[in-house]
Amino acid sequence: MYTETQIISTTTGNSVSDALDGTGELMINVGPQHPATHGVLHLVITLNGETIKKIEPHLGYIHRSIEKMCESLSYRQFIYVTSRMDYLSSHINNHACALTVEKGLQLEVPPRAQVIRVLMDELTRIASHELWWGAMAMDLGAFTPFFYAFRERETINDIMEETCGARLTMNYIGPGGVMYDIHPNFQKRVKSFIQLFKSKINEYDELVTGNIIFQNRMKNVGVLSKEDAISFGCTGPVARGSGVNCDIRKLFPYEIYDKLQFEEITETAGDSFSRYMVRIREMHQSISILEQLIDNIPEGDFQAKTKAVLKLPKGEFYTRVETARGELGVYIVSEGGTTPYRIKFRSPGFSNLSALDHMARGSKLGDLVAMMGTLDLVIPDIDR
Amino acid sequence: MFIKDYIKDVYNAVRSLLTGMKTTGKYFIRPGEIITQQYPENREQLHLPERFKGEVVMIHDENNEHACTGCTACELACPNATIKIITKFDITPEGKKKKALDTFVYHLELCTLCNLCIIACPTDAIKMAQTFEHSVYDRSQLTKKLNQPGSKIKEGVE
Repeated sequence: MYTETQIISTTTGNSVSDALDGTGELMINVGPQHPATHGVLHLVITLNGETIKKIEPHLGYIHRSIEKMCESLSYRQFIYVTSRMDYLSSHINNHACALTVEKGLQLEVPPRAQVIRVLMDELTRIASHELWWGAMAMDLGAFTPFFYAFRERETINDIMEETCGARLTMNYIGPGGVMYDIHPNFQKRVKSFIQLFKSKINEYDELVTGNIIFQNRMKNVGVLSKEDAISFGCTGPVARGSGVNCDIRKLFPYEIYDKLQFEEITETAGDSFSRYMVRIREMHQSISILEQLIDNIPEGDFQAKTKAVLKLPKGEFYTRVETARGELGVYIVSEGGTTPYRIKFRSPGFSNLSALDHMARGSKLGDLVAMMGTLDLVIPDIDR
Repeated sequence: MFIKDYIKDVYNAVRSLLTGMKTTGKYFIRPGEIITQQYPENREQLHLPERFKGEVVMIHDENNEHACTGCTACELACPNATIKIITKFDITPEGKKKKALDTFVYHLELCTLCNLCIIACPTDAIKMAQTFEHSVYDRSQLTKKLNQPGSKIKEGVE
């Protein structure tokens, strides 16, 4: 982790003696360019010795005004932009937008398209959690797990590349279904991925989860109580680590999630280690969903019949989905034209980041990296 | 009791470390499972799937004929104004004027490879190519003319 001198060297502006006022507090900047923030996140941290007094996140470094851009794009076109918000679960973002447009059009999606979408969602979720696992272990100083995580993630990326044509920003889902049918090799490759994943997941536990040093750095670090998780609007694994039942797939099932057998993972401790365990256990649940669906893809169309130009009726439409990071809500206000009047994305990362100040107060600076790692921040998602 | 707990902690920590080291050591003695690819060297063996979205190209057959009617469906479908279609008027043998494609301008530097133009094309005149090494020294080289010089529309494509 950081030593005292490294931290002080990142201080911009005044020298250390200037920053120290009568209270003995020191203000430092972590970011915007910092390896542990995984992007351009700027945290202004007030320290007393090594104890964190206050954290103030400064946003805006990667603001691309996606919501405003969407207002000038048609209902088919705006979906691709949302891949650039939470780029690690871009598929699920596209899914949320397509669901909202379908809600407005009152469009029935063919069962085959629904199953393909859910399969892709769960593959994306595993890929996202794999990357989080590798990056978080790397934040805490373990370098090898990153390679192990990327080995399995590469298999998912290859599947995506073969079926969707891209590895990260797929843009595979459109209003009414998916763009084209799954590749003939898709089922075979997903099955071999399930086999590979099951044989390798134990290595994750051997390498990281069971490690006492790792556990000591995670347990009782960044505790977020259930009440606080609710009041900060946390969703996803962050809230489920504090014992909040907030899985949108269970609470407000979309597509075929209500017909699937899977558990909502919750842990009660609310510390970094329970957030870690929620994600590890969620990967097992996603694998079980893949197993249930991969042999049961119904025959039929992969795309509902839609008009060439989509027009949503006048009104307001809101849907939410469970991305790898939490609840993503898409809110469209339509005036009846071909483009939305206003679009709002309720992104999980923004709300989860707001809890960072609360959970970090009073803890040591070195633990901040563990907390940020388990929040699983994707900066373009926070700052759209 | 304190000493006993202390020794137990040390023992557990060392044991869990060794468990992790065992996994690492397993791969150390089996270098055959290395999955890294040596990218520029393996260009010959590099095989991209046929759906891979690299750039938009226009399909030309052996007679240098394409299927683009200049209907601008792709231009309208594009979210980033990547495509600009310039049309001209051909004189048909019956002496009538007919709209035809003059230049298919494609700005690769603006393209996000979202595939909407390919889906929108009613005559399947364009497709995605599997090329991906697009870096050039000058941005203007990324603006491309997709229809080959001297090409004309296929017979029977409306």
